[in-house]
Amino acid sequence: MSKQNPADRSYSKDHEWLKDNGDGTVIVGITDYAQEMLTDIVFVELPPIGKKVTKGDAVAVVESVKSVSDVYAPVSGEVIAVNNKLEEEPALINQDAFGDGWIVKMRLANAGELKSLLSAADYEKLVKEEKP
Amino acid sequence: MYEKHVALNAKIIDFGGWAMPVQYTNVIDEHKATRNAAGLFDICHMGEIEVKGPQALDLLQLVLTRNLADQEIGQVKLSALLNYEGGIIDDLTVYKMAKDSYMLVTNATTKDRDWQWIKSIQRNKGFDCNLKDISNKTGKLDLQGPRTEEILQTLTSDNLKNLRFYHFFESHVSGIPSIISRSGYTGEDGFEIYAAADKIGDIWDKFMAGGEKWGMKPAGLGARDTLRLEAGMMLNGQDMSETITPLQVPYSWLIDWNKEFIGSAVLKAQKNSGIKKKIAGLEMTGRGIARHGYKVFDREKEIGVVTSGTFSPTLNKAIGLAFIDIAFSAPETEISIEIRDSMSGAKTVKIPFYKRPT
Repeated sequence: MSKQNPADRSYSKDHEWLKDNGDGTVIVGITDYAQEMLTDIVFVELPPIGKKVTKGDAVAVVESVKSVSDVYAPVSGEVIAVNNKLEEEPALINQDAFGDGWIVKMRLANAGELKSLLSAADYEKLVKEEKP
Repeated sequence: MYEKHVALNAKIIDFGGWAMPVQYTNVIDEHKATRNAAGLFDICHMGEIEVKGPQALDLLQLVLTRNLADQEIGQVKLSALLNYEGGIIDDLTVYKMAKDSYMLVTNATTKDRDWQWIKSIQRNKGFDCNLKDISNKTGKLDLQGPRTEEILQTLTSDNLKNLRFYHFFESHVSGIPSIISRSGYTGEDGFEIYAAADKIGDIWDKFMAGGEKWGMKPAGLGARDTLRLEAGMMLNGQDMSETITPLQVPYSWLIDWNKEFIGSAVLKAQKNSGIKKKIAGLEMTGRGIARHGYKVFDREKEIGVVTSGTFSPTLNKAIGLAFIDIAFSAPETEISIEIRDSMSGAKTVKIPFYKRPT
């Protein structure tokens, strides 16, 4: 079973989570449900710091033994930090998707985009519908 | 079988029209269970074709690259099935069941193609033998790994110690008539078990009930693929196709140069003139994982394509196979792989990547 989706985050339909730091920056990762679907994550490709992305662009790549999946930027903005630990320990995403497995920190280009994201409760509904 | 996989929470995909389990827990876990103890694979999707009759051997000698004249009853031989251009239709195993009686075990995705090809040759040449597609009534399980002899021995009265690698006998597993073959597609010791399709689930249940204490786990197609790749085995449709000849994959040992078979003249000519491209093993030295379809470069020049690529759970690094210009195929040659618009370093290496401890 996936871990509880923390209520202090927002979620995308593509299974990213976003934590608003309240200072114009956000932290982005993939949800526990997503890591559970991907299973054994063995490689993470991180973006260069300073990269500007538009909402919906691939901001990182997560690979399991068998699959290659894009991580989509849930909002537009600039990458200001990446979780370098994932280069050595990609499985941190499996172990702690909402914590040590965070992927990038971004500076928001348009705070209004935050409203387009899902609440934890809405995201859970989406996951329930998706489950086979 | 499908319900059993669903009950085990397997992820299911469509493979050649069969709903097959990719993984139950995760690929690494199932892969390591197979290397260290035992993995149980549902392989019911593979094809089985019976060839029987006074000219069965003559037909097989014509369509297959391997010389089967000296094959003993109870022996398994891997062979290639070629088209007239020497291209690989399939790699298949030949079971000699009795005099004038054979079973061919084919890849799932090429079974119909194999069947039509062999059947058409038999008709055209008028060989006195009978072909029968027994795939739908035949179930198959692969039990692979170092502890499998112990596990299987608890369910059969025939002594498995007497069964050599690439040999089989007709026996019983848990009282169910079965063919037990000491062979597989993982690079480990292990068994391929054939029984009636409507009984194979009972054998599966017996293994599942008793195998756990040896560390056995059910394993899916995901682990099957990483295991075979580490062992340097080719996957038809991915590393091989009808435009590639056995000289271009590590299968030249399947060719008997002293007999004539369909495609042999082309292979002889190719042997003399030399080949331009072949399959080579590769290992990433830079970041990332080479995947099927990624382009291979020597500096600016494109020299081929990755045919198989994965993270190797045993070696803990990214490995693969690439179809590349012969000039770059010798081991320890530096090459580059294009991964999402940027170049990553790699080198060619000898295959297999992994050999089981003896």
